[in-house]
Amino acid sequence: MHRGIHVIVRALIVVTIAAVAAPAFAQADMSGVWQPRYDEDQPERIPGPELVDYLGLPITDAARQFAESWDPSRITLPEEQCRVHVSPYIYRGPMNLRVWEERDPKTQQLIALKHYISTYEQTRTIYMDGRPHPGPNAAHTWMGFSTGRYEGDMLVVETTHLKQGWVRRNGLPMSDQAHMTEYFVRNGDLMTHTFILFDPVYLSEPLIKSQDFTRSVRELADQTWLWVCEPVVEIADRPAGEVPAYMPGENPFLDEFARRHQIPMIAVMGGAQTMYPEFQKVVQQAPKPAPLPPPQPGSARVRGGGQTETTPPAPRGGQTPQQGR
Amino acid sequence: MSIHVAPGAPLSRRVRTLAAAGAIVAGVALAIGGRAVAQQTQDFSKIEIDAVEVRPNVYMLVGAGGNTTIQFGDEGVMVIDTQFAPMADKILRSIRQIAGNRPIRYVVNTHVHGDHIGGNEPIAKAGRTRAGGNVVGDLGAGATSSAAIIAHENVLNRLSMPAAGEAPVVFGAWPTETFANDKKEMLFNGEAVQIIHEPSAHTDGDSLVFFRKSDVVATGDLFTTIMYPFIDEANGGSINGYVNGLNAILDITVASNVNEGGTMVIPGHGRLGDEQDVIEYRDMVTIVRDRIREYVKRGLTLEQVKAKKPTLDFDPRYDMPNARRTPEQFVEVVYKQLSAEKAKSGTAARPQNRNQNQNKTKGSGQ
Repeated sequence: MHRGIHVIVRALIVVTIAAVAAPAFAQADMSGVWQPRYDEDQPERIPGPELVDYLGLPITDAARQFAESWDPSRITLPEEQCRVHVSPYIYRGPMNLRVWEERDPKTQQLIALKHYISTYEQTRTIYMDGRPHPGPNAAHTWMGFSTGRYEGDMLVVETTHLKQGWVRRNGLPMSDQAHMTEYFVRNGDLMTHTFILFDPVYLSEPLIKSQDFTRSVRELADQTWLWVCEPVVEIADRPAGEVPAYMPGENPFLDEFARRHQIPMIAVMGGAQTMYPEFQKVVQQAPKPAPLPPPQPGSARVRGGGQTETTPPAPRGGQTPQQGR
Repeated sequence: MSIHVAPGAPLSRRVRTLAAAGAIVAGVALAIGGRAVAQQTQDFSKIEIDAVEVRPNVYMLVGAGGNTTIQFGDEGVMVIDTQFAPMADKILRSIRQIAGNRPIRYVVNTHVHGDHIGGNEPIAKAGRTRAGGNVVGDLGAGATSSAAIIAHENVLNRLSMPAAGEAPVVFGAWPTETFANDKKEMLFNGEAVQIIHEPSAHTDGDSLVFFRKSDVVATGDLFTTIMYPFIDEANGGSINGYVNGLNAILDITVASNVNEGGTMVIPGHGRLGDEQDVIEYRDMVTIVRDRIREYVKRGLTLEQVKAKKPTLDFDPRYDMPNARRTPEQFVEVVYKQLSAEKAKSGTAARPQNRNQNQNKTKGSGQ
């Protein structure tokens, strides 16, 4: 049933995107400076998603165990501090995007589209000259290897050779076996980016997301394009080679999100079934978790969503939710 | 053979697919079984070499068995690992296409397994080493009639004294130059080459080969991108040594542009990688090791540990259909070694950090 629904949903998305795209007599020029609409899924962009919030994501059991075991302290490891968000995720973060064309100076034929993404100073190349993707033994990169084509005014991009990254940066993994199809559509000063992510390792069904960008009429200050990352030792007495992780099923924050927002655990744990409308009935009938204990006066505590509680609940496990990053 | 001149360059998809399939099937199904694993089940005639350019003077050759690395220049060619014997002609053909008629001076073996040393004899015989003075005077022209074969001395020990039931390896495939210390260094083609021994890891004779100027490290089976580690206990391997080996690779690598590129890493099996790929693999191996260590500390039996599925989050990525080593077998060997560690020391877990949460596993790279 889900596969059938997925096919219908995917078809509708493609048809919808194509319908809103401009007529096909000219290819849309997407060059320029673009900025994301931060009000779309704001908690995902600035503060970062809360721990163990997998709502509506078609994750596998393997992905769920990976995420439950993931300790945010992992990103304090020097070798993990400058870890870049992969192209299926990086467009949803705080960023500035510059798009330009690379053309053959002799023929003016389009060779590639370039995306400079300020987050982690990534330059992404989308080849438009029909070249094939590299072989299976070639290296993988954060941005992957992308080729594009225009369907009318809609830019369609296929990306392979991605590094392992995040579906959500609360520990939900995307494997290096994933590949992605993207659709870029420009309407005036608005650009809509829709993508379908396929991951045979950590997704049981394709994941479809979209986001919008607004064109900036002014060039941005130079430093807004920079993202200098230099790893440092953050925990001085950490033994060499240590990889922080929770034992499977023993993450002390496992039910924190569910309890804070009074959402049944069956929903927050995600899975393909949580994507579909009929799951609302399941949620309505599922028991809600016990609320978090009442806050105790004292020190401030960061809440999910990046807000600060003035009277925090008792510490649980001695850690705060993941900081925005 | 297909050659990756640059990412995206036109290539035969069919040939690449054949090479990839061959590498995975042969690499996983045969390689991890040990040096005595024969190649009767593999039809090598259908496998082509996929040559991936890593640097202008360093290539990764993917065929059947472990990956081969070549470095070449004015002085000749250095070959790291030689896959299975039936692949030798194809490897030599690739070398000629990439490096021309430069002589093969050295063959280096990263460890003892048959999928890495199988082509030693024909490939070494296709080359010639440099010698003169008393050496030639004593040995005659034969002193230069083949390339030198370099490996840690434990590789020679294992090959010259096969365990009961293991087929002997022909003399011509044995190392001709061994080292007993932690590394062997040489200058070849104008760059420093460090052959670094990692004790008791995949086997007891593992070596990394680091090309310092090219900034490329060939890891042998201390790192792969396609399967769980094979801890070859019969040949002296250990899980803790394996984790140490992965961290030793990370000590060598320096990434550029925020954890990408920089030092390139040629794995024993699988695709070309860099530091970040080693980090992902190191994290996986360390996490699984630490989970099992914690379960051993809690007194769980092997069956109870298996029931906990300590590799569930990594199985869809590393449990290859044709692998002889299943996740359960990986868990078994780790459990066995950590149980012995516990019995020996009284505990399988190192002392807790003062800030350590009880629900966490934090293993050192010991």
